Amino acid sequence: MTMPLHQKVIFYLLLSISAILIFAPAIIAFLMSFMPSQDILTGKIIPTSLTLDNYVQVFDRSPLFNYLINSFVVSVVIMLGQLVLASLAAYAFVFLNFKGRDALFFIFIATMMVPFEASIIPNFQTIRDMGWIDSYTGLSIPFFAMAFGTFLLRQNFKQIPKELKEASEIAGIGDFRFYLTVVLPVAKTSLVTLGVYGFLTSWNMYLWPLLATTNDSVRTVQIGLRQLQSQEQLNEWGVIMAGAIIVVLPTLILLFLGQNKLQKGLAEGALK
Amino acid sequence: MKQVELMDVSKAYEKQQYVLDEINLSIEEGEFFVLVGPSGSGKSTLLRMIAGLEDITDGTLKINDKVVNHLPPKDRNLSMVFQNYALYPHLTVEQNILFGLNAKKVNKKEQQKRLKETAEMMGLRNYLKRKPKQLSGGQRQRVALARSVVSESPLCLMDEPLSNLDAKLRAHMRIEIRRLQKRLGLTMVYVTHDQVEAMTMGDRIMVLDNGKIQQVGEPITLYNEPANLFVASFIGSPKMNMGNAAIIDQKLVIEGVLKIPVDPADVATLTKNNGLTVGIRAEHIFQGTSENTTHELEVINVEQLGNETLLTFEIGKELWTAKWLGQWRVDVGDKVPVHISTKNISFFDTESGQLMKPASIINEQEVVAI
Repeated sequence: MTMPLHQKVIFYLLLSISAILIFAPAIIAFLMSFMPSQDILTGKIIPTSLTLDNYVQVFDRSPLFNYLINSFVVSVVIMLGQLVLASLAAYAFVFLNFKGRDALFFIFIATMMVPFEASIIPNFQTIRDMGWIDSYTGLSIPFFAMAFGTFLLRQNFKQIPKELKEASEIAGIGDFRFYLTVVLPVAKTSLVTLGVYGFLTSWNMYLWPLLATTNDSVRTVQIGLRQLQSQEQLNEWGVIMAGAIIVVLPTLILLFLGQNKLQKGLAEGALK
Repeated sequence: MKQVELMDVSKAYEKQQYVLDEINLSIEEGEFFVLVGPSGSGKSTLLRMIAGLEDITDGTLKINDKVVNHLPPKDRNLSMVFQNYALYPHLTVEQNILFGLNAKKVNKKEQQKRLKETAEMMGLRNYLKRKPKQLSGGQRQRVALARSVVSESPLCLMDEPLSNLDAKLRAHMRIEIRRLQKRLGLTMVYVTHDQVEAMTMGDRIMVLDNGKIQQVGEPITLYNEPANLFVASFIGSPKMNMGNAAIIDQKLVIEGVLKIPVDPADVATLTKNNGLTVGIRAEHIFQGTSENTTHELEVINVEQLGNETLLTFEIGKELWTAKWLGQWRVDVGDKVPVHISTKNISFFDTESGQLMKPASIINEQEVVAI
């Protein structure tokens, strides 16, 4: 794009200002995590001295490392569960012919309109009755079935020419082998997208782990963060921010790694 | 031996209109059989029914004298080549070719042997490690063919395999497929909408229109003695010149313009019906010499093809084309002498479209046996 210089200057100025505004909380949190508490309490933004105390403290004071592992396990399990179930469901919706398939699909999609909060009570009763409270199963299984993932993958699978399926049928390759050896490799991009999306969503989950856990052994990191804020005494913001930065790190790493694929995959799902 | 036999096979979607209506057909072993027809005629549906990809609504389908109506495709012992080649995009050429063999439990040694032979035969030896995306259209076509050859099924079905290729490559692949079929003794069922492909490749051709068989026969028979108006206009390029005609005063009057004397013996048969349509091939409108010129016609378009010249005339409201060998310096608007004889004219019943009397002279002159 060509534009006159003055226009360009204004353009970039506005962009920079909005970028700073949007990033300000994150930047402040980042800076605060390195500041001694006096600096924070006096309301300084530019630290007078840098310290790693906050990071040491956050691991000392709470089982943050445990929480991280819990979060990681739960997120990975949810991600894998979603990938397997969503891709199998999407396969059925695309490649298997049965009566009422499309009607069923629309009902399936309609469940996207029910917010998770609305189903949280029945879900809670279910896992309580099954004795899954305070367990990884209780934290992860309610999220396995995912209408959005099925939808995304169905749209992607639909782009696979049906001749591929027919050629496989003639060659004597069954549905399951076709799913494993053709559909999954061809739809790799979308699977990665969905995987990253599922991982991040579960990593950031707060309400459900709060309900489904009663002790520290299986709590996830988002709850751990909340625990850093104390009710009675003065908050040590530096420590909290250090914890937040640590929690955000995996998200950022994943985003940087998967950015290209994520964009491509989401756009593919949107187009057709 | 009959490789494929269809008896009263019909196909209807949702119990409504029949897209294929009582097809009776048998295809011999080792035959190159072409199904040809305009789009929507049901030819692909028929092929897919033979393959087992579509249900058969009515009738019996036999392969190797065995009723296969309800057998899944993999148990019919056939291979198929699709219009878009249906290559697996994430596999290399080699994996693509061998893909089906693993499912058939062919052992690795045998697989490699067949792969080597086939790759050699199709000229794919240097491309085995490539992905389909890195191949040209013709090469992809060859991979699809190789995949079908390597399965060693006696029956091969092809659904418009050449329509994605450019004209030059298509002509080349026509010959390759034909040679391959002869060499391996395959029974081939080949679907195309291109009548040139049908004529040049088929041992026998079936012309299909609107779900009904129009004619089955050898290419030359279809060309010389088309069973009805549809076949007449569909087979041959440029298409057969047609016109409404009537017999008035012992003369054939075409489109109220051309008058041609008729053999009195034929008059009786030709006046039986109400409507008469005549057809004459472009190469049978000869240039008139001083003795035999029957008409002088005004040229409205000239196409120079180098080895032959196509002249277009206006006959009533029809456009007729004459094909003359060699190069003729004719300008639009010129009046040229032509020779048209009833011996070259095929007669059809306008109402039913059925052939009443084929052109009689063809049999004497043009089919030269060597």
